[in-house]
Amino acid sequence: MEADYAALKKGGFMRQVQKNRFSLRLKVVGGNLTAEQIETVARVSRAFGKGYVHLTSRQGVEIPFIRLEDVNAVQEALRAGGVDTGVCGPRVRTVTACQGASVCPSGCIETSELAAEISARYYGRTLPHKFKFGVTGCQNNCLKAEENDVGVKGAYIVRWCKEDCSLCGVCLKACREGALSAADGEIVIDTARCNNCGRCVKSCPTDAWRGESAYLLSFGGMFGNKIARGRSVLPAFRDKDTLFRVTDAALNFFDAHANDGERFRVAVERGGWDSFEHAVQEAYNGKA
Amino acid sequence: MEKHKAEFSIAATEDITDAVCPLTFVRAKAALEELEAGDVLALRMNDGEPVQNVPRSVKEEGHKILKLTDNADGTYTLFVRKTGE
Repeated sequence: MEADYAALKKGGFMRQVQKNRFSLRLKVVGGNLTAEQIETVARVSRAFGKGYVHLTSRQGVEIPFIRLEDVNAVQEALRAGGVDTGVCGPRVRTVTACQGASVCPSGCIETSELAAEISARYYGRTLPHKFKFGVTGCQNNCLKAEENDVGVKGAYIVRWCKEDCSLCGVCLKACREGALSAADGEIVIDTARCNNCGRCVKSCPTDAWRGESAYLLSFGGMFGNKIARGRSVLPAFRDKDTLFRVTDAALNFFDAHANDGERFRVAVERGGWDSFEHAVQEAYNGKA
Repeated sequence: MEKHKAEFSIAATEDITDAVCPLTFVRAKAALEELEAGDVLALRMNDGEPVQNVPRSVKEEGHKILKLTDNADGTYTLFVRKTGE
């Protein structure tokens, strides 16, 4: 039997140096696995691999040393235990995420559910080249948003409420951007300097700073053979519908304009940032 | 007890200007543990990273921040009221 390596790769079976051995990539969303899934993975790695797993650089899990003849049995055992296999090749890859506002005190947005929604919408979608999403809850950027083709970063759109302010002075120092000053019993924000990090909100002892969760997107990041930092082309915005209109537009732009085997960043630069920004802006304004 | 502009009485002071993160916060926390609920701690810290982060950490521990004063010598004093357990 001649193995269909392309089909195997698409299904997450990565060819190893060793003949007829595969490192099997599993589906992980937002870096979370249930205890049941971990037990399944442990069982399968003992039964069909070498009793260990490899944690990838993007929150993935691979089970190395799967034999070609065990591929079907492994897939069945995983599926029965609630674990899906991953994908490789020119498609949307693992959606990564930090723990976000549901767990982390620094978080400005919920990230796990958002990663699951992004994954449900796009995971495995075939595109001209690999495509990566990463979701990070705040500007500490633990999840490194800008190294992804699309990065989602949590932010706060902030507002000062005079009636709750004790003028204690904490926010003036908590702000790292020098955007806040005090004058005549008022706290003044320089919106041109505010980077929506939300440190004023998080530090305020009287909750006089209100923060609304918002998304800051970056486009065209990659961190492999070529390294490029994703660019921000939109202001922070609040709603998830807009987020998905914009990401739909970005993926459609990639699909329509890239040559096969060309990364998103390269396609955008070849076509010009102007035309990409135009497409994204239209979606942002609700026209796409 | 020293009075701070007659707004509150300071029960204890702690100087963390000789500490760096994370010991700044550890020392602040230890100082607060010595106090009774309702007592006010005056916490002296350096400009820069300590004053950017220690007030927030103290808030996240559930204590009440009353004021941050610029001592005009490169240090700040944070007045914190300890909350009950």
